Amino acid sequence: MTQVLFSEDHEYIKIENGVGTVGITDFAQKALGDVVYVELPKIGSTVTKGGQAGVVESVKSASEIYSPVSGEITEVNQALADDPALVNSDPHGAAWFYKIKISDAGELSALKDEAGYKAFTDSL
Amino acid sequence: MENAALKSGEKPADILHKTSLHALHVSLGGKMVPFAGYDMPVQYDGMGVLKEHLHTRSAAGLFDVSHMGQAILTSQTTDPARALEKIVPGDIAGLSAGQMRYTVLLNDKGGIVDDLMVTRWDERTLYIVVNAACKDKDFAYIRSKIGHETELEYLGERALVALQGPKAEAALSALIPDAARLFFMTSFKTVYKGQQLFISRSGYTGEDGYEISLPAAFAETFTRELLANENVKLIGLGARDSLRLEAGLCLYGHDLDEETTPVEANLKWTIAKRRREEANFAGAAVILKQLADGTQRLRVGLRPDGKAPVREGAEIHLGGKKIGIVTSGGFGPTADAPVAMAYIDAAHAKNGTAVEAVVRGTPRPCAVAATPFIKQQYKKD
Repeated sequence: MTQVLFSEDHEYIKIENGVGTVGITDFAQKALGDVVYVELPKIGSTVTKGGQAGVVESVKSASEIYSPVSGEITEVNQALADDPALVNSDPHGAAWFYKIKISDAGELSALKDEAGYKAFTDSL
Repeated sequence: MENAALKSGEKPADILHKTSLHALHVSLGGKMVPFAGYDMPVQYDGMGVLKEHLHTRSAAGLFDVSHMGQAILTSQTTDPARALEKIVPGDIAGLSAGQMRYTVLLNDKGGIVDDLMVTRWDERTLYIVVNAACKDKDFAYIRSKIGHETELEYLGERALVALQGPKAEAALSALIPDAARLFFMTSFKTVYKGQQLFISRSGYTGEDGYEISLPAAFAETFTRELLANENVKLIGLGARDSLRLEAGLCLYGHDLDEETTPVEANLKWTIAKRRREEANFAGAAVILKQLADGTQRLRVGLRPDGKAPVREGAEIHLGGKKIGIVTSGGFGPTADAPVAMAYIDAAHAKNGTAVEAVVRGTPRPCAVAATPFIKQQYKKD
């Protein structure tokens, strides 16, 4: 079963068999506006929870992506480099940023479920 | 991720000024942000910066720029242009009625206090428009320099809207036919539905278009009339910035400041021949020396390779050595590429010079490039 969790930095992570697929939330893409450039992490690199794992830029501004968990990057979504606007049109689907082999499943408990994330964004 | 747009509301919206179109912006989905002490729309729901930018270049964009400072300079006895010329390097005295000019207010070191538009109405009256964030400073400075025979009157009860783009002429002249007869950098006063309007063919986008000054109480009515035209859409400050950047136009406080002269800013064309000969404006000694000898740094355009935007604050390097800094930069929707302006060592300012911009620690190749980045569409004849 796929589990989807959210960070307060507006990343989501979909978890299947110890591998997480990370992207930015619909709430985040709406706040950013039209995405014109995405910088992805390197395959094989390791990231730590809360550490920088990419950049997303709209016409207006640049925003760093923070990894919701620690682990090794196993795959990145090259489609975003060619078509950054996917982040606006399909943030939770085609516009995933990277896949990560989760090194410490214990970190997941600090993330929010969908209802918890919605309550969080409603409070902003 | 980290972005100001995702932070909870800390803005003290209750102490921000509101223009006479504020309620209209909110009702039409404007996303309001603090700018120069005003609560202003950065973009509108259902459009966004990219679509708003492209709409302005293909049809007509309507901008509320009522936060800018409008004033008139008048004298009973003399031409107020002579008084203003003490602190600007442009030929203001030579403007004929209805003509306007872009110029810069200078301090005694030749630094730019603000950039502004000056229009001559008649032999005794000039109309000026200055930047919102500078208006209090500017008006105090101008009053301190123009002497007793010339007065500055702030037009605080007037709104200002800009209508820009290839369909601006059709949209405005459908209401006010005489607007079609204006050429770039000319203006006229007219009465429409009992309200006095000042209409100029000018703007800040690189497109053909108009700026229209009108009584604040009439602004919403007039704006709604323009918006009834299907080609006209409200455009926020986000696209205003990307449009002016592509057009190679400076933003005060970023590309221009009090430590920067018009020679360094590559605005030599604003220093009129007669004024160079007279050498009687603030900072003239510094500026004339720079015109003769050149400057250490110069404002240039930059075209980064690839798609990554290069933004304000990025260092420019050549051969591993810092030679300058980006003062405005972002993604140009019409250029479909990143574009930027920077101040760099004048020795390397030639178009085509290969340099590097340091983005998040990584040097990225860029070329020094001519501005504007798009073809200006001004109606000159």
